[in-house]
Amino acid sequence: MENKKVFLQIEHLKKYFKVGGKARLKAVDDVSLKIYEGETLALVGESGCGKSTLGRTVIGIYKPTEGRISYEGYDMSGFKGKDRKDFAKLSQMIFQDPYSALNPRKTVGDIVAEGIDIHRMLKGEARQKRIYELLALVGLNENQANRYPHEFSGGQRQRIGIARALALNPKFIVCDEPISALDVSIQAQIVNLLKHLQKEMNLTYLFIAHDLNMVRYIGDRIAVMYLGNLVEIGPAEAVYHNPRHPYTKMLISSVPVADPEIQYNKEIKRDNCELPSPINPPKGCVFCTRCEQATEICHKERPKMVQTEEGHQAACHLLQA
Amino acid sequence: MSEPLLTIKNLKVSFDTYAGEVEAVRGVSLELDSGETLAIVGESGCGKSVTAQTIMRLHSESNTRIKEGEIQLDGHDIVHADEKEMEAIRGETVGMVFQDPMTSLNPTMLVGRQVGEVIRQHERVSRKESEIRSVDILDSVRIPNAGKRAKQYPGQFSGGMRQRAMIGLSIACIPKLLIADEPTTALDVTIQAQILDLMKSIQREENMGIILITHDLGVAASIAQKVAVMYAGKIVEQGTAEVIFKKPRHPYTWGLMQSIPKCDQKKDEDLYVIQGTPPKLIDPPKGCGFAQRCQYCMRICKVQEPPETILEDGHRCSCWLLDERAPRVKPKRKGGDTVGE
Repeated sequence: MENKKVFLQIEHLKKYFKVGGKARLKAVDDVSLKIYEGETLALVGESGCGKSTLGRTVIGIYKPTEGRISYEGYDMSGFKGKDRKDFAKLSQMIFQDPYSALNPRKTVGDIVAEGIDIHRMLKGEARQKRIYELLALVGLNENQANRYPHEFSGGQRQRIGIARALALNPKFIVCDEPISALDVSIQAQIVNLLKHLQKEMNLTYLFIAHDLNMVRYIGDRIAVMYLGNLVEIGPAEAVYHNPRHPYTKMLISSVPVADPEIQYNKEIKRDNCELPSPINPPKGCVFCTRCEQATEICHKERPKMVQTEEGHQAACHLLQA
Repeated sequence: MSEPLLTIKNLKVSFDTYAGEVEAVRGVSLELDSGETLAIVGESGCGKSVTAQTIMRLHSESNTRIKEGEIQLDGHDIVHADEKEMEAIRGETVGMVFQDPMTSLNPTMLVGRQVGEVIRQHERVSRKESEIRSVDILDSVRIPNAGKRAKQYPGQFSGGMRQRAMIGLSIACIPKLLIADEPTTALDVTIQAQILDLMKSIQREENMGIILITHDLGVAASIAQKVAVMYAGKIVEQGTAEVIFKKPRHPYTWGLMQSIPKCDQKKDEDLYVIQGTPPKLIDPPKGCGFAQRCQYCMRICKVQEPPETILEDGHRCSCWLLDERAPRVKPKRKGGDTVGE
């Protein structure tokens, strides 16, 4: 992994939101990670853990409160005017809900060409040709370009969203739960499409999801977030089959497997604790309120990332001993 | 053996729309005993929710017609019951948990009072007593600090907590049948595990029958004893969970099982894809509903509907491939467990 080229580096990234008065919602709290070129980094965690905020900050939709995001060695906060626009060409996003992510009053052709128009890249016939090309790429046909989003099914809409993201030949795509609103049989279609496109166009994905089964399949590496903190990161197989952080273990054990035999024999840890508020997160380790193995130190000190094996890190006091 | 708790025979439900008649449910038959869990799985638009809503007659009377069939629930004839009878049945004999707890709870009413309302609907108790009982109910669905929580609004609850309150609401009068329509779809996996666990333990205590509607095969596997696979308004295959997951016979079930990544799925191997999309039920296909997407489709499949074949252990499947004249096929899959014979 180390000899791979770092595409995007996040260092001590913080993103706080004002929530009235002096209170701050710590959506992303001191996260550092690297994304390598051509890989799929899957980001998982429960809702409210800050994974979408991280995705949006990385792509420049939100401004970080603190920390540094560098893209191929350049600090992203310095991007202004033309630089910012050039960065926008390279990094695109696919959204979760294919129903609300497409403007219902625009034709599919215009939606797909939105980026092309904004960056004034192509005009007239060339633009039209490019639209057809993009539609073909995602498995739609030419005469669908003049239709409106409501005429399409959920899976097809997600394809339109993907075509729009690909219009500017990006290198990096943030996929924010692109399949969770779709049916199982359609999910497989979209995942296959994303994988093929990645191979063809050498794309780098930040794949945000909560379906751990799918994530293990699509991700090269998995990063697990909890309450704004990165708790574990490593190669997909290692994280899935040999999780080191208690939270990752809990997440993986709660995924239902489509096999009654395994399900009946599985012991589900009963845990009725709720996610603490990110406005006032626990001191020490953020997971300590739900962790069975929490000791005194967990309530006092925030654990540091520990390398357990090559490329596999977890932030837990238990690993430090 | 005694009568089953719920019997549905050849149920057909249609909606009248401007564009014409939509045949949402096209002949569904199933049975459920007390203490049993049936999972109905299928893609969106296959009629699973309509089937469930018809059991409670929750659909709008103006444009929905029960065209054919009968529903017997604990001695009640649901199809012909009048509204007054239905009101007594809802809540007392059958309770329902909806997908989105935020939109199904009243945001302007205290949670305790909402639960109390259900009790007061069916029993002559004072408001005060109903509210005391509602605290016990909230406690039994594992809401911590139930006394305090009962005096809060749904907006002050987290998603998992709301769904627990919703379950409390639907079991307040201890119904014999609980229908859960995608109860965990909007929740995180950790919370989902808690909710499924809760439903199991309630069932054990009260010997309830549960119908769980889901599109997640994993959820179905973790809670159901019986599974019915629906497609295009029909049950294409049903049987015990063991049989459906280990020895499915319908190509659609094969497709569903294969399109989720397996534990040993290779990364460079594509996921299995069921090509195409489900048929529009405004103009349902003449033959088998799955014929257009089926890779084993034969000539007869497009012309005539397949009859239901009864296999061992109540395993029923509607597919022409089970006809003795049909070629024997097995789902194509390298490695992995073989399905079929």
